[in-house]
Amino acid sequence: MDQQAIFLTFRLAALTTLILLAISVPLGHWLAFSKAHWKPLVEAAVALPLVLPPTVLGFYLLVLMGPRTAIGRAVSALLGHPLAFSFAGLLVGSVIFSLPFAVQPMTSGFRSVDREILEAAELLSPRRSKILGRVLLPLVRPSVLAAAVLAFTHTVGEFGVVLMIGGNIPGVTRTLSISIYDQVQDFAYAQANHTALLLLSLSFLALLVIYRHRGNAGV
Amino acid sequence: MNEAGASAAGEYMHVAIEHTLGDLSLRVSCALSAPWTVLFGPSGAGKTSILRVLGGLIRPVSGRVVLHGRTLVDTASGAWVPPAERAIGFVTQRPTLFPHMNVAANVGFGISGLSRRSSEERVVQMLQLFHAEHLAKRAPAALSGGEKQRVALARALAPEPRMLLLDEPFTGMDADLKVAILGPLTAWLAERKIPTLYVSHDVAEAFQTAADVIVIDRGQVEAHGPAQLVLASRREQLLRQLGVG
Repeated sequence: MDQQAIFLTFRLAALTTLILLAISVPLGHWLAFSKAHWKPLVEAAVALPLVLPPTVLGFYLLVLMGPRTAIGRAVSALLGHPLAFSFAGLLVGSVIFSLPFAVQPMTSGFRSVDREILEAAELLSPRRSKILGRVLLPLVRPSVLAAAVLAFTHTVGEFGVVLMIGGNIPGVTRTLSISIYDQVQDFAYAQANHTALLLLSLSFLALLVIYRHRGNAGV
Repeated sequence: MNEAGASAAGEYMHVAIEHTLGDLSLRVSCALSAPWTVLFGPSGAGKTSILRVLGGLIRPVSGRVVLHGRTLVDTASGAWVPPAERAIGFVTQRPTLFPHMNVAANVGFGISGLSRRSSEERVVQMLQLFHAEHLAKRAPAALSGGEKQRVALARALAPEPRMLLLDEPFTGMDADLKVAILGPLTAWLAERKIPTLYVSHDVAEAFQTAADVIVIDRGQVEAHGPAQLVLASRREQLLRQLGVG
């Protein structure tokens, strides 16, 4: 098995998950409770990666990160190298591509909290951070777990976006799914089978964790 | 609307609400001259809405809410005081305790500005008031309906609110238990001069507990005064409104 690809994939998935949790808690909270008339616009933008072909998303990200756009040039000047075909670029792409997988469970979780429990908390504490940390987040713990597991496994399994913006550079952008593709191209079916089995087991385990926790939480 | 800037002698609190939300239009302006005032009226009269507007759980589309001279809401000027900054305790018919916290943590949630030790002492005091100190370590799911309501009352009183709102919190509760709760509750509130607005459909309960009664119908104050006088003068009408006449 491609040890380098395993390490890189899990590093990418772990960092993507951490960033997505930091984004999805406030964003999911806002989507669950905001009455802004332009909320559907944000909801549609967040859900876009669910319906968009990964190659389309990857293509636009590649263009955006390239020297033809002001953003691409600015980031390139800041980092000292272009985002495309780098681990940092892969990370940006993964966060955008897996965004709905983290935000949607969080939004559903916040929406499912009993309105009267929330009102009781609002009557007792003026501090939003206290209400979020001590009441809301513990109540949506299964959703936090689902968001983390889905973001992690979805990142581990992504192919199209990674290939478009990262290419296939060993140790830098070659992830497990690209490694499988390479192994099949080389007719190394036994190796491809081992790698694929690892991803299959990981995906099944992730779903098992989510459903088991939901069962225990009575959700 | 009469706005009371300063309290008159013997006045506990002055409540003034002008509120429009959908079809409901509330016009309430009255001085609470007793510590325990019952809000009385038929279903849909606007009693619960009055409590929710006062507590800040409903944001009026238009109107003003003034409590004891302090403007809590004024849609014209954009004034809005968030619920927790109003220092109002609110207990509803369905006690909604935080299910993931034990009883002591629930009661202590709203306490602020005290040391940890003082906060814990306050929690114990409040639980003792409602004979619930033995429940401190229990989870809400392990409590009976009556126990949950006692904990909800202790939680609402623990931050020492300036006003208490009770929306039929004793409905369906055993009569003996109701008396056991009401006694220490009314004594504690009277001692601290905390005015209480209490929504009830129970005529007998109003006679037993209230010094004052406010009769509400279609969002307006129909009558306001000492319980015996109001209820006696409007007995037939009240019974008809409540569907028992």
